[in-house]
Amino acid sequence: MSNLGEIAKKVIEEKGLPLMEEAKTKLPLYISVRELPLRFQFGISKIQKFFDGLREGKIYITQCKKCGEKFFPPQADCPKCLTSDMDWVPLSGEGELVTCTMIAVKPSTYAHYKDYIVGIAQMKEGVRVLAWLNVDDPGKIKPRMKVKLSVVKREPEGFLTYEFTPAE
Amino acid sequence: MIEFFAVWRCFGLRDVAIVGVGHSRFGNRFDVRIDELAWEAVGEALKDAGLSTRDIGFLVTGCAGGWSAENLPAVVCSEYCGTLPSGSMRVEAACATSSAAVAVAYNFVASGFVDVALALGVEKMHESPTPVQIEFIGRAGNYFWEFESFGMTFPGYYAMHATGYMWKYGAKEEDLAEIAVKNHYYASMNPKAQFRQKITVETVMKSRYIAWPLKLFDCCPLTDGSAAIILASEDVARKITDTPVWISGIGTATGTANLSKRDMFLKLEYSGLESAVEAAKKAYRMAGLDYGDSAKYFDVACVHDCFTIAELMAYEDLGFCKRGEGLKLVREKQTYNGGLIPVNIDGGLKAKGHPIGATGCSMMYSLTKQLRQEYGKYASSEAQATIKNGRALAHNVGGTGHYAYVTILSLEKPHK
Repeated sequence: MSNLGEIAKKVIEEKGLPLMEEAKTKLPLYISVRELPLRFQFGISKIQKFFDGLREGKIYITQCKKCGEKFFPPQADCPKCLTSDMDWVPLSGEGELVTCTMIAVKPSTYAHYKDYIVGIAQMKEGVRVLAWLNVDDPGKIKPRMKVKLSVVKREPEGFLTYEFTPAE
Repeated sequence: MIEFFAVWRCFGLRDVAIVGVGHSRFGNRFDVRIDELAWEAVGEALKDAGLSTRDIGFLVTGCAGGWSAENLPAVVCSEYCGTLPSGSMRVEAACATSSAAVAVAYNFVASGFVDVALALGVEKMHESPTPVQIEFIGRAGNYFWEFESFGMTFPGYYAMHATGYMWKYGAKEEDLAEIAVKNHYYASMNPKAQFRQKITVETVMKSRYIAWPLKLFDCCPLTDGSAAIILASEDVARKITDTPVWISGIGTATGTANLSKRDMFLKLEYSGLESAVEAAKKAYRMAGLDYGDSAKYFDVACVHDCFTIAELMAYEDLGFCKRGEGLKLVREKQTYNGGLIPVNIDGGLKAKGHPIGATGCSMMYSLTKQLRQEYGKYASSEAQATIKNGRALAHNVGGTGHYAYVTILSLEKPHK
């Protein structure tokens, strides 16, 4: 995007307008002079325990005190019981892989990572979790293989998150 | 059915027909802005219906957006297309956006709110570079829990379904490739398709992985395009056309935002989209049809093949065959024209192209032409389905089963 911005700057100097030719079709394009950076922020006060848990090396789910329904991602409200009285339960980390994929063509904000494997596992506690699967050889992935979910640091950013590793 | 009919009467609802359809050329449309692109479909639909802009009581614009500059596409397109000062709105249901637009327009006409409504699907994806488009589509799920830290992509989501299906039923990557081969074959005859070249299984198998096990040729392209459907009340329809195409059923459903919460394929009972099953059942009920062995009701179907696996799951979700038997339909070529049920013989999303917000209207454009028996002249006689039942089905899925819309078109008026 910033690349397009550079081009716009250059052609305005040359031609007085931010016009360029599209690479393949040679059709004339107008490059917007305005760039819109987007970075969102989220309120997490109702599930702050989840993030506190990551710092303690734990992955928490919530469980409705009235009906017993378990939630992952953790949610603060039970739409069935219309209550907000939840227990916070740490996951054991034991799970079985139910599906996975390896992402080769990545979103722009993921371009700096190597190809990554994303899996979904059925956890012992009954909920399912989606996370990266850290495995040396993708050829070793098998349906229903045992996996372990644990808190890890994601590099190069260095933030805490969770990932699967093979447990067999 | 009797109950439904009684409700229909008691609320004074009216039957609604498609009286005009229009469609732009699909592809990388660097030659036009979004409003000019919309006009290509709207102008053609007005001519097809023999109506003028003054007749349009309401314009529902389906545009998923994000990648394009205009923030109020409904207003920008209304101004350019000359439908002011009639009311308008923009609707969003991800890749099912313009089926949602048709559902809204249908209800506006059925209720008597307006006599004629126009559903417009328009998308200008190439106003942003490809990685930005991929980023936006990847965010079409639960942003915080599945994208923020794990970078899911749209092919990635469907790849998870493909893995689930392959693990359960032993489908091979070559089976999925056969679906791409069929859809490219029919797109080669569609004058408005993005890809006009035929391919082979080898083409697909040799293409690079996008999200394992899906390869480049398992995936639909990024597309700019528009399609428009004009809906009218029975009174208006009878005056302006001899071949009204009635909407006899609409079914809608919503699936979990988090893919991790999908019970159906994650329990490995089978792979499919729960929302699509629910939407199909509702649409069939409204049209007075039974779910299961349902292919027999339809002469032709357009299903949501954003990825090859999606078409395979659609056969089963729509009840065209039993669970796991979609593979058999593929291997026996039963979804080519002349088979059990011709599916995506306009090229599908896979090869005709998939301008997110225009796809639902594009499906109904093809199906209307099929039912009027005009498709052969438009594309090729080889791609004109034999019309026996006078019924066609559009299966339009938003995201990865996040939204599901099933629309049934019929030559027979729904209520006598």
